[in-house]
Amino acid sequence: MKGTKKRLHRRHLEESLFQTLMILSFLLVAGSLGFILITVIVKGLPALNVAMLTQIPKGGFYLGKEGGILNAIIGSLYLAGGGTFGALLLSLPIALYLNTYVRRSAWADFLRLTLDVLWGIPSIVYGAFGFIIMLALGLRASLLGGILVLALLELPIMTRAIDEVLRMMPMELEQASLALGSTRLETAVHVVVRQMLPGMVTAILLAFGRGIGDAASVLFTAGYTDRIPTSLLRPVASLPLAVFFQLGTPFPEVQQRAYASALVLTFIVLVISLGSRWLAGRLGRFIIK
Amino acid sequence: MIGRHRRDTWAGALFWAISLLPLWITLAVLAALAVRAWPILDAQPLWQLLSGQTWKPIQGLFGFYPFIAGTVWVTVVAMVLAVPPCMLTAIYLAEYASPAMRLIAKPFIDLLAAIPSVVYGVWGMVAIVPWVEHTLSPALGGWLGQSIPLFAVNNPTGFSVLAGSIVLAVMVAPFIIAVTYEVMHTVPNGLRQASLAVGATRWQTVKYAVLPRAMPGVIAGVVLGSSRALGETMAVLMVVGNVARAPTSIFDPAYPLPALIANNYGEMLSIPLYDAALLAAALILLLIVLVFNIISTLVLRNFIGRSQA
Repeated sequence: MKGTKKRLHRRHLEESLFQTLMILSFLLVAGSLGFILITVIVKGLPALNVAMLTQIPKGGFYLGKEGGILNAIIGSLYLAGGGTFGALLLSLPIALYLNTYVRRSAWADFLRLTLDVLWGIPSIVYGAFGFIIMLALGLRASLLGGILVLALLELPIMTRAIDEVLRMMPMELEQASLALGSTRLETAVHVVVRQMLPGMVTAILLAFGRGIGDAASVLFTAGYTDRIPTSLLRPVASLPLAVFFQLGTPFPEVQQRAYASALVLTFIVLVISLGSRWLAGRLGRFIIK
Repeated sequence: MIGRHRRDTWAGALFWAISLLPLWITLAVLAALAVRAWPILDAQPLWQLLSGQTWKPIQGLFGFYPFIAGTVWVTVVAMVLAVPPCMLTAIYLAEYASPAMRLIAKPFIDLLAAIPSVVYGVWGMVAIVPWVEHTLSPALGGWLGQSIPLFAVNNPTGFSVLAGSIVLAVMVAPFIIAVTYEVMHTVPNGLRQASLAVGATRWQTVKYAVLPRAMPGVIAGVVLGSSRALGETMAVLMVVGNVARAPTSIFDPAYPLPALIANNYGEMLSIPLYDAALLAAALILLLIVLVFNIISTLVLRNFIGRSQA
């Protein structure tokens, strides 16, 4: 009997030990997020001012003189906006095709595998690939090049995210549409897209967030400039590269601005991430429950 | 009436063509890199490139070994750091946490996944590198470093394998947690109930009923996470020190493949074969990542089931 008691005691000890470890791990993960946000805010906020957000770099900016990072903010919005639009043009047909035309089949499984594989390609490899293609076409580093590479990067992310959303489509609604004589295309465009719009918006914003934060893919393809581009063929600045380049200078004033740029970028990404949830909730009022 | 059906068929054909694009893009990336890397693969035997210790492009010496070693070191140490807490967090969220807790935790983990890699890099430079330099390296290196080469300190700065691995570990955490959580959710509830009914504690249920069943999926998730870590560029590049020598200690600097490409590609490449060598590096990286990726995706798919994966 004594042995049994001991064993019982030991397994409860083990239980509480692991419960404690789990809570600690969870706190470690959540704490890392807090640590990152606090670091970026504490470092970035003192250097942030109105001029940073509303001016483009002026003479001697990279030596610590006047100016701001408006070129990078606008550039990043152009790049990610264009990339997201480009990706959407291809993602939406693929996701609709997977969910209304082929549904559950070996073929759909294969297509999803190719998307997952594409998703796994590192962004630096996309960057190098984009640069090779641009060299072959005689293009220089430009807004267009950056948009195309970002569209490529965002394509699998957005497609898989929309695909996951469309899977939640209520079967009765789709069958009702088909039973009324609609074709698969009509059902997809008029019923599925409308019903699933809130989730799709979240998926699109998720891809936008990934696009705006990626540095390695635009490093060779979009270039960098102090101006706001006026044409697709001009080079363009971006926030991730603004952070990277300014941090690489030996001047403390410029490094301060890198922290401020990182704060702006983090702020944009967090607003998109939180905003997409809120927006999905708002749009959710217009669907059939 | 016929018009509508024809439109449906045509749209189907168009969608079919578009849905083949991911496959073509993957093949195009492979082909483009292979073609551009061919000059160096043709000029020097592959084995010599992979095992070569020296990287001196001007002398025509392109040894990839230090970079491959750097990539492996940073990734392996990152996974060693990330896997235990991530597994425990995922077990906590899947098996212990209340629904309300899950609802709170999910956005946190999503936010962690949304932070751009340069921001992780800034955090690494500002917080982790000094921490490694002033706290970890004296503390661990001091007494452990004397006897165990893995902890030897020969690097006066904090820019090291360890700094890169810590940053990477945090970056892949949301990914590993999400996959592990999903996999544990596929374990049927009956199994848990049976285990609890015969008097097992909750942890024993996890250990003897849930985890064995979930293990292949969890391993695939970790492999998938490490394939993400292998290709991560900016954050790692900013904190590992970028010294082209194979590390022998976690406090040594390293120079992973993605950093090599990011730092050198796209400049005026007038040195013969330099351009080809960098694209060969990209090709090696891509091939490693693809193999990891395809195997783990297939395992996960089998596991989570065709209906979901």
